[in-house]
Amino acid sequence: MITKRIIPCLDVKNGRVVKGVNFEGLSDVSSPVALAKYYSACGADELVFYDITASAEGRRLFSDILTETAKEVFIPLTVGGGINTLDDFDRVLKCGADKVSVNSGAIRNPQLIEDAAKRYGSQCVVLSVDVKRVDGVFRVFAKGGRENTGMEAIEWIRGGVERGAGEIVLNSIDTDGVKRGFDLEMLEKVCAVVDVPVIASGGAGCIDDFITLFRTLPQVDAGLAASIFHFGEVEIRDLKQAMASHGIPVRL
Amino acid sequence: MVAIIDYGVGNLFSLRCSLEKIGADVVVTGDKAAIAKADRVILPGVGAFRDARQKLRDTGLDKVVCDLAAQGKPILGICLGMQLLFETSYEFGVYDGLGLLKGSVRPLRDVIPADYKIPQIGWNALRFRKESGLFRYIKDGDCVYFVHSYYAADCDDSLIADCEYGADITAAVQKGNVCGCQFHPEKSGDVGLSILRAFCFEEGAV
Repeated sequence: MITKRIIPCLDVKNGRVVKGVNFEGLSDVSSPVALAKYYSACGADELVFYDITASAEGRRLFSDILTETAKEVFIPLTVGGGINTLDDFDRVLKCGADKVSVNSGAIRNPQLIEDAAKRYGSQCVVLSVDVKRVDGVFRVFAKGGRENTGMEAIEWIRGGVERGAGEIVLNSIDTDGVKRGFDLEMLEKVCAVVDVPVIASGGAGCIDDFITLFRTLPQVDAGLAASIFHFGEVEIRDLKQAMASHGIPVRL
Repeated sequence: MVAIIDYGVGNLFSLRCSLEKIGADVVVTGDKAAIAKADRVILPGVGAFRDARQKLRDTGLDKVVCDLAAQGKPILGICLGMQLLFETSYEFGVYDGLGLLKGSVRPLRDVIPADYKIPQIGWNALRFRKESGLFRYIKDGDCVYFVHSYYAADCDDSLIADCEYGADITAAVQKGNVCGCQFHPEKSGDVGLSILRAFCFEEGAV
């Protein structure tokens, strides 16, 4: 039986992990490579590296740490941030990424999804979407959630899958950072219209939030989170044990 | 020496890294002589069956693989590389495979319920169906990472492991020195590395 995936997300700037990371027993807590190894050993099913660098120098450092990570960590690696062209896909795939996540780049140029899916296969193209309720309607936000595009989210996601996106990361701006659980209402609506894997993001504050997610919406494939893992509020090992004890299929 | 056959299909970076990690002496090459000289050969592959088959034919590497298989050299096909070992594929048409294993490659959609997503993406548990040297360091129920929309059907006598995905889906096959896995051992953590280790170092495993 296919298992539910747990995915830590690391924000990387100039080759270092940003947002404080706090682990005992990890000498360099802002080394993406060290953290990736640590998470992989703890049972993470996949990793997301999110490049928040703007400079060319930062990009080069990012490519270096990707390569280094791919030499040490043998679980799937998704890369996002600043992916606007097929050349960007090429650059990160050559350095060891398995999947590439597009967000604002696809909003500016939806054809990017189609072109990338044709060249690299749908399994390689992850559509990441930041969604927020505006007057009761789910709207797509761009630029890290700062700009309302006015697009209706469910239609955008459905269209993205038609263009060839092989997975959806749904990040609810409404629940993100609140730590009171995933946005089940939003996730359910998205799952109803797509037939590719859906990854829930935004809102996890404790182990129970993941249990509730997978028990309420068994059609959701994975849960993604950042700070609760980085700060040790949720240990991936404990989380997966708890999932197993609730009868949720999980890789131990 | 382990040769990863480079025939212009997919990204071989992770596969090479995984073999280096377990201490294998590895070469990534499309050179026939170098492949023939290797002790073990890996046939990788992602993408469409037809394109990969065509590239193997264009490069003449299909014949190399078949000759080495006949000579008893251990060969491991991974993902699409495994599918290429079979007789026929029904992916966007009907195409001949290398015919080293009996069976055909068919759409998952033909056998799994509508509410199962395609591709199968994620970690699924192996169910051993036959003993194999490839499994020397792992156990029944260990999870490995799959990404695929097609599967090997009717491969009964070579089936060594399957997984449950709305149906019994072929996960690994072996017949003598020719073996393959549908999943990605290079992306399957320690379990995957253990399978590669058995293939590369275990005398008589394959």
